[in-house]
Amino acid sequence: MTQPLLEVEDLHVEFRTRDGVAKVLNGVSYHVSAGETLAVLGESGSGKSVTAQTIMGILDMPPAFITKGTIKFRGEDLLTKSADERRDVRGEGIAMIFQDALSALNPVFTVGFQIEEQLRVRRGMSKADARKRAVELLDQVKIPNAKGRVSDYPHQFSGGMRQRAMIAMSLALDPELLIADEPTTALDVTVQAQIMDLLAEIQKERDMGMILITHDLGVVADVADRISVMYAGRIVEHADVYELFRAPGHPYTESLLESLPRLDQKGQELKTIKGLPPSLTNIPSGCPFHPRCPRAFDRCPTEVPAVHNLGMGRTSRCHIAEEVVARG
Amino acid sequence: MGRYVLRRLLQLIPVFLGTTFLIYALVWAIPQDPFAGKCGQRPCDPSYIAEMSEKLNLNDPLLIQYFKYLGNLLTGDFGTTFNGVSVGEQIATSWPITLKMGIIALIIEALIGITAGVLTGLRKQGFLDNLVLVSTLFLISLPVFVTGFVLRLYLGPQGFDWIDTSVSSDPSIGELILPGFVLGSLSMAYVARLTRTSIVENRRADYVRTAIAKGQPTTRVVGVHLLRNSLIPVITFLGTDLGSLLGGAIVTEGVFNINGIGGLIFRGIQEKEGVMVTGIVTLLVLVYLLMSLLVDLLYAVLDPRIRYE
Repeated sequence: MTQPLLEVEDLHVEFRTRDGVAKVLNGVSYHVSAGETLAVLGESGSGKSVTAQTIMGILDMPPAFITKGTIKFRGEDLLTKSADERRDVRGEGIAMIFQDALSALNPVFTVGFQIEEQLRVRRGMSKADARKRAVELLDQVKIPNAKGRVSDYPHQFSGGMRQRAMIAMSLALDPELLIADEPTTALDVTVQAQIMDLLAEIQKERDMGMILITHDLGVVADVADRISVMYAGRIVEHADVYELFRAPGHPYTESLLESLPRLDQKGQELKTIKGLPPSLTNIPSGCPFHPRCPRAFDRCPTEVPAVHNLGMGRTSRCHIAEEVVARG
Repeated sequence: MGRYVLRRLLQLIPVFLGTTFLIYALVWAIPQDPFAGKCGQRPCDPSYIAEMSEKLNLNDPLLIQYFKYLGNLLTGDFGTTFNGVSVGEQIATSWPITLKMGIIALIIEALIGITAGVLTGLRKQGFLDNLVLVSTLFLISLPVFVTGFVLRLYLGPQGFDWIDTSVSSDPSIGELILPGFVLGSLSMAYVARLTRTSIVENRRADYVRTAIAKGQPTTRVVGVHLLRNSLIPVITFLGTDLGSLLGGAIVTEGVFNINGIGGLIFRGIQEKEGVMVTGIVTLLVLVYLLMSLLVDLLYAVLDPRIRYE
């Protein structure tokens, strides 16, 4: 097997605040290869965005502290690199797009300026060349009349167009890995599908690795190759996308799938996961999901479940993982 | 945009007329003999009174007086004082000095204020932050004449003798730096605090995070992305401040013995030289109006989300 593009190993991050220490990441491991899409799924506060920000090196430190782990990009540990070296990786090696493109783009500069800036500052391109390339990039993300719109400001774009412009900007330096942090959450459903299609297309075309952070199972099913499910700062299940939908290997994933509205259950009450996500300053003992788990038994509150290997690269952090999969 | 500018320029006319009329009325409609005490101990000579009343249109109704005065102003004639000195000439010698000092004050307050604000806004709660917070509080609570006297005394020949604090009758830019600093000191403190708040507010903004994620150098993240957004309220303050600086120059000019507009207006009020007072205040009103127009236009340039239709 070739070496993965990005390998996150046992990553621990905590936020030290006045109210105490919040253990946001508690041993996250995942990997992505070129040409592959990994979906990271989880509720708000599960640590999926923090993992991404740690990879990018854009966490605010302090209050955040990386207490353990490695992040290997092309085989080199990013966490031991200097600030300058890490900055060179950003944009060039790993690029990121954010949830709300309106606030993520600078409101006082034109979309063109913000794309050209990358090319001019990082690549030393001339103003005219950068403009030409910016129009090409906007064209690639299917913005109609790219030549005319390149000098528009972000607020003059529609929501979907803004996210397209954001994607164009992230592609400016031809990154090998793209991290998309809930790229479609702020958009309406029809536009969501268009943006996801665009991302999938670009990823295939450029043979990029992609990490897609989302809480939307529907989005995942379409584009992801593999899925990592996060809960309370841990990966609780990791599986191939078809396998996961066919037979979830963790009660949390199972509950997530059950909470999807289905047409054949019309009129019935929607199933939800009872309780709230745990507070990260006070994570439950044993398996952090046990207070909400429908299958919890006496071992759950006391023993932290080990990683169960379910074959074909599938893992689950559940004491009865084998049983859960078999029932699915 | 063009239509907006035109409309704003047209709006200037009623504001200009209103304020100048108010000033004119306040100066000339006072129920007092304008010639009282103008000719030493004795009452003025009737022929002199008749001549001056004719010249100042004092026999006309107030409104007519005002429009005649305005008409003269528009042709560049500021009129003369009671003893026949041309007001226009006096203003012409004093105005450039005060304007020079005001612009120096504006530059100093912008440079030092914004620098201090950016540095403290980026590193909150450090030594520098506390230093700037305390020193700006100090400047804000000190009256300008105290700052002025203390600096003049300690830096000048009577103190450490570091610089020559005297200002000649036709001062150079170098001579006006210390008075300019004193004049701008209060606003400088406000600019520093305004910039600091604005930077603190914006440094966690999503677009700053994007700029960092793009791998832009820190100097660009701060100097281009953060600063451009944070300076919008500061520029607004600085723009309108020029008018206040010119009008407020009177104290600084007194401390440093500068022959500027402040002294002129002070003497004008003391000696009840109505022509002098109305002339200078009219000029100040004009500066205020033009600066606020400039600020509004600049606002649209700085923040493209603001469009005037």
